[in-house]
Amino acid sequence: MTHEDDLWQLVIGFLGISLLSVGGGIAALPEMHRLVVETHGWMDGLAFAKRYALAQAAPGPNVMVVGLFGWHVAGLTGMFAAMLAMCGPTSILAYGFFRLRGRLSGALWMRVFERGMVPIAIGLIAASGLLLAGGVADAPLAVAITAGSTLFVWRTRRSPLWVLAVGAGLGAAFLR
Amino acid sequence: MTRPGNAALFLTYLQIGLTSFGGVNAWARRVLVEQRGWLTEQEYAEILGIGQVLPGPNALNTAIGVGMRFGGATGALACVVGLFAGPMALLAVIASLYDAYGELPLVRAVLTGIAAAAAGMVLGTAMKMVQKLRPALPLLAVGLAALVLALLRAPLPFVVLGLAPFGLAGAWWALRR
Repeated sequence: MTHEDDLWQLVIGFLGISLLSVGGGIAALPEMHRLVVETHGWMDGLAFAKRYALAQAAPGPNVMVVGLFGWHVAGLTGMFAAMLAMCGPTSILAYGFFRLRGRLSGALWMRVFERGMVPIAIGLIAASGLLLAGGVADAPLAVAITAGSTLFVWRTRRSPLWVLAVGAGLGAAFLR
Repeated sequence: MTRPGNAALFLTYLQIGLTSFGGVNAWARRVLVEQRGWLTEQEYAEILGIGQVLPGPNALNTAIGVGMRFGGATGALACVVGLFAGPMALLAVIASLYDAYGELPLVRAVLTGIAAAAAGMVLGTAMKMVQKLRPALPLLAVGLAALVLALLRAPLPFVVLGLAPFGLAGAWWALRR
């Protein structure tokens, strides 16, 4: 397969995933695994998991992991192509929806729609947190770090950068 | 409450993009609600809620919603460019470094520690939102159902579309009370 073929497969694959990814980047991860590992064999499962951890550790939206997959397949071009495929069409869709919402704001059914969707969103955030925690829960210390971090972010207004720094320090000292 | 212009939107989202370790939503909430005071807890949760149920990355959809609220189409563009400019540049550097040093034991250990803390950050944010919004009981039940279904790995369109009628009914009941 040529380089160019891979690039097109990358773009088409992530276009499809983006339109299915209701609920956000973390929810779409199994579909990405199917595309990158199972269908095209661009990397193995372990490499996939490591890139996900890396994207989690770096700043930016969770969807940045798509850029790392693209980089692996086709370098810098692949990174931009994959991100654009993942973000472009849905951005236009979101723009259209929020535009509609602006005109209709204040209508009772619109407020019902917004309030009704909030608990689903929070439930999905909590599920993502638990799935992420499960992914790193091999060592008891990792579970303790997650629990401590949860309490810190929940109960204080201090910057969450503290828990990430402490997590990095504890990891370096005890998780090797 | 101040009404930010496009430059302020860009700079604020640049800050969010560059500091948002472990997912943007927790950081965006902190900056937009707690630091800038541009949005109330309820307003942010509503924009985020829509950002999450539309297809595509949550953080991106939410940024578009926030930008449009204050600056229309150009406001949305300012937020989106701000959100991605920093992380995209960093990502190219990180990907190169990872190709070279990703297998070192120290790098792997640090990444594991950070990932564990980031998971807790996502969980803590969810707890904080529940606590501050104090949802009516039917809405709390809908949220818990979303949590359980997602953990059982039900397909996401199924979770969202399946629970939406209950969420809407609960919200209707709460607003009418």
